[in-house]
Order: sequence, then C-alpha cells, then structure tokens
Amino acid sequence: MSSASSPLIDRRTIIDWLGITPFLIFALMFLIVPTLYLVSGAFFNAEGQFTFQNIADLFTPTIMSAYWISIKVSLASSLGGALIGFFLAWAIVLGGLPSWIRSGLLTFSGVASNFAGVPLAFAFIATLGRTGLVTVLLRDWFGFNLYSTGFNLLSFFGLTITYMFFQIPLMVLILTPALDGLKKEWREASEILGASNWQYWRMIGLPILWPSLLGTSLLLFANAFGAIATAYALTGASLNIVPILLYAQIRGDVLHNPNLGYALALGMIVITGLSNVLYIWLRMRAERWQK
Amino acid sequence: MKMSKFFAWLAIAVGITYFFVPLAGTFEFSLRMRRAEYSFDAYGSVFSDVQFQQTFGFSMLMALFTIVFGMLLVVPTAYWVRLRLPQMRPFVEFVTLMPLVIPAIVIVFGYLRLYNSASYIPFTGSLLGTNILLVMSYITLSLPYMYRSVDTAMRTIDVRTLTEAAEILGAKWPTILFKCIFPNVMSGVLSGAFITFAIVIGEFTMAALLNRPAFGPYLQLVGANKAYEPSALAIIAFAITWLSMGLIQLVSRFGKLTQSRP
Repeated sequence: MSSASSPLIDRRTIIDWLGITPFLIFALMFLIVPTLYLVSGAFFNAEGQFTFQNIADLFTPTIMSAYWISIKVSLASSLGGALIGFFLAWAIVLGGLPSWIRSGLLTFSGVASNFAGVPLAFAFIATLGRTGLVTVLLRDWFGFNLYSTGFNLLSFFGLTITYMFFQIPLMVLILTPALDGLKKEWREASEILGASNWQYWRMIGLPILWPSLLGTSLLLFANAFGAIATAYALTGASLNIVPILLYAQIRGDVLHNPNLGYALALGMIVITGLSNVLYIWLRMRAERWQK
Repeated sequence: MKMSKFFAWLAIAVGITYFFVPLAGTFEFSLRMRRAEYSFDAYGSVFSDVQFQQTFGFSMLMALFTIVFGMLLVVPTAYWVRLRLPQMRPFVEFVTLMPLVIPAIVIVFGYLRLYNSASYIPFTGSLLGTNILLVMSYITLSLPYMYRSVDTAMRTIDVRTLTEAAEILGAKWPTILFKCIFPNVMSGVLSGAFITFAIVIGEFTMAALLNRPAFGPYLQLVGANKAYEPSALAIIAFAITWLSMGLIQLVSRFGKLTQSRP
C-alpha cells in the first residue's frame, strides 16, 4: 500500500483509474450534475441569492394537493399491487398448483411489468372507458351503468387501477424468490410443535417476509410516484399529480417561478429517494434469510 | 390443504381476470373500426400512416444507438471494475441504480436547464446535439438494466484468468476486450439490449420534453386524436414488449447451455 514512493505502481494506479474515466464522465454529465443543478437551484431565487422561499412555496394549496394526490395514487397502487402480488406469488410457490402455471405467470409478469407508459393508458381506456368493453358489457348484459356510480377512469381510482397493471407483476417477480426461501423444515417443525396454519404465518412466515413485503411496496411506491407517461396519456393534464405539474412547468413555467420548479423536482427526488433507501435497507435484511 | 389449494386457484383466477380483461378489451376495441363487424382496419390505418413509419423508425434508430454506445460504456466499465478496481464496485453499482431513484422527468429537466443553447455545452442548440442528448438520456434510463445483466454474465466467467491468458499470448487490450470479453458475456449483452429496446421504443417523457419525433410522443398524439388506432397501437406495443422479453428468455437459456459445455 506504500505506493507513493514507487513510480511504477503510481503509473499503474493512474491506468486503473483511467479505465473507468469514461463511465465517471458519463455519470457526472448525464446523471449527477443535472440532478445537483436542480437541487441547488431550489435554494436560490431569481437574483441568485440563497433562500428557503422556494421550499416554503411548495406548501401552497395547489402544489400540496398535487403532492397529496400523487402520494395517494402511489400508496394505493403499491399497497394494492403488494397485496394481490403477494397472493399470486403465494399461490404459485406454496399453493400446490401445476408448475406450468408458475412459469406462465412469471413469464407474463416479466412482460407486464415492462408494459407501461402510453399504451397501458390506451388499454384501460379501451376496457373501462366510456365505450370500453367492460363498460359496454355491463350495460348490455346486466343493465348496469358503471359511469352512473360516479366511477371515472380519469380519476384517482382509475389511475390506481391502471398503475396496478405493472405494480402487481413487479411484486410477483420480487416476492417469488423470497417465498421460495421459506424452508419446508420451518413449517414442519412448527406443525410438530402443534402450531396452526395461522400461527405459522403470524409467528414465522410473515416476520421473515415482512422486510421483503414492505421493501418491495416501497419500491412500487417510488415506481408509481415518478411515472408520468401513463397518467398523461390517460388524463391529459386534468389530473393534478406532481409529475404532470412538473411537466407543465418545464413546458411553460406555469408556476411563474423557474426556481420553484427546481424545488418541485427536489421534492420528488426526496420522496423517491427516501423510499428507495428504505427499500435497499429492508432488502439487505431480507436477503439474510434467502441464502 | 384442500383449503389452501382453493385459495391458490382463486388468487390465480383473480389475477388472470385482472390481466386478461384489459388485453381482451383492447383487442376487441381495436377491431371495432368498421361498423357492425370486426375488422383489422385500425391496424391497416396504423401501418399505412406515414408518421407511424417515421416515428417508429426514428425510435428504432435511437434504440440501436443506445444499445451500441451503452454497451461500449457498460461492458468495459464492468470488466475494469472486476479486474482492477474491485474497491469501486459499490460506488459504480450505486451510480448505475440512481436512474431508478431519480424520476426520468427530473433528469431531463436537469438536461434542459444545463445544456440549453445559452450554456457552455449547448446540446439542445442543434438537431444533432439534441439527438445525442436523447441517446444519452436513454443510456441513463437503461443503465441499471444493462449494467446488471452484463455484470451477472461476467460473474460466470473468470475475467482475471481470461485476461492473463490473452496477455501471455500477446494480445493487446482491444483484442482482449472485443475478442475475449465481449463474446463471453454475449448472453448478458443481448438480454440487456432487449430490455433496453423494450424501454426505449415507447419512451415518452424524454422524447416529448426534448421535442424529438419519437414513437412515444406519437402514441400520445394518436391517443388524443383518434378512436380505434390507439387500441391497435397498444396491442402492437404489447406484442413488441412480449417479443423482447421472449428473446431475453431465449438468450439466457442459450447462455446457460454454452456455459455448461465442458
């Protein structure tokens, strides 16, 4: 390690670092500096003076309601996705189903978790929109008018149901290995000791799984929070969620303050960043049981 | 035990209903263009649209550049980190995961402010510059997937021994990289390439905010103005995603076969 005196090793060290220089330059130029630029911009006013005013301005009703709807949609779709995804993963791992169902569902999940963006919005408009298949069938077969119940696809509920199309598969993909990690011996041991099915899940299964479950839910949350294409194609600019507000701000400074736009971006980074950090921490805890 | 099997089937039934109904609904809707009978008119209308051909071609080209330049960046980096700088591994992995943490719209917002025509590096000042910036943004978006698939493939080969063997035989570094390392991690490169393709082809945010005529903004435009074509496009997009994922499975299966060979 005492390399400072030897010129030979010095040259080698330089070459070592040269090898990842292209990557470092790329990361700085297209990932780190642009992000830092926005983050720092959030703390300055138009005259270039340091200020917390932009952060304070986030707490106005319009922006707060945008964050609130975004958080609600992300939370609902991640919890719904987590719940249904958990039962699907449980069914294919522990439900005693034929193995082709398992491989079929996993393959489909790989596809569906990547099927997002604009086409996903189209699919749900064609299904649950005003002239969509389900809406029409409910009306013609059962005389039930979905839209008279107050249902609207272009709303909080509609967006949540749409987001779940990529949330559930993601949950299945991440949770299946975790469920595979539940050892048969644990179940047998608990049964020999007289535990019921419920006791097994409450005292063994869920305590082992909860870091995976909670961690993946956080990942799904961040995933939904940053998504824009689906929401934009589904609702246009009518639903006031943060990514759409930011999109409008980038396009035409609707907040009439460029630095407030930076603060809006900073808020998004903080929320997705926090949920990802927690996810990584919980994942490290979860992996202890999967070895 | 009977009970749990019932619930397992119930869960699968709920899942299939939720996933199958939107796809069936979309397909049915895409056939409705002609009154009173089903037809593939909407697909004909989509494929004959000049804008469809142009934007799809543009996105294909961008995807190709993203894959080529992304892999030229990722493979040497992953190789070098494994060979010479293992202490940098956590840092490099952290950086490659950052695009999952920072939303795409925030990243492109940064680009627009940092590289506008009045800045030191005016990427958005020219058409070529904007296209380069778009490819760079796509490389950023697909970095987590590319790095992961390449690094996984590299784990199965002994990078150090391969390099030493090549050096002893007198190979220079381009030969080592392109004739030893790339072919050996081909399964990883290909599966990374296909997932990149699936991400880039319909990407909306970057292309829309950089004002490039890509497939994603075109999809959005059709959705706002037409009735039946969007469903046909959704089915086409789903088929493309399915194809990409199918190719990944094929490649990884092929990769396993070649590895198990003695």
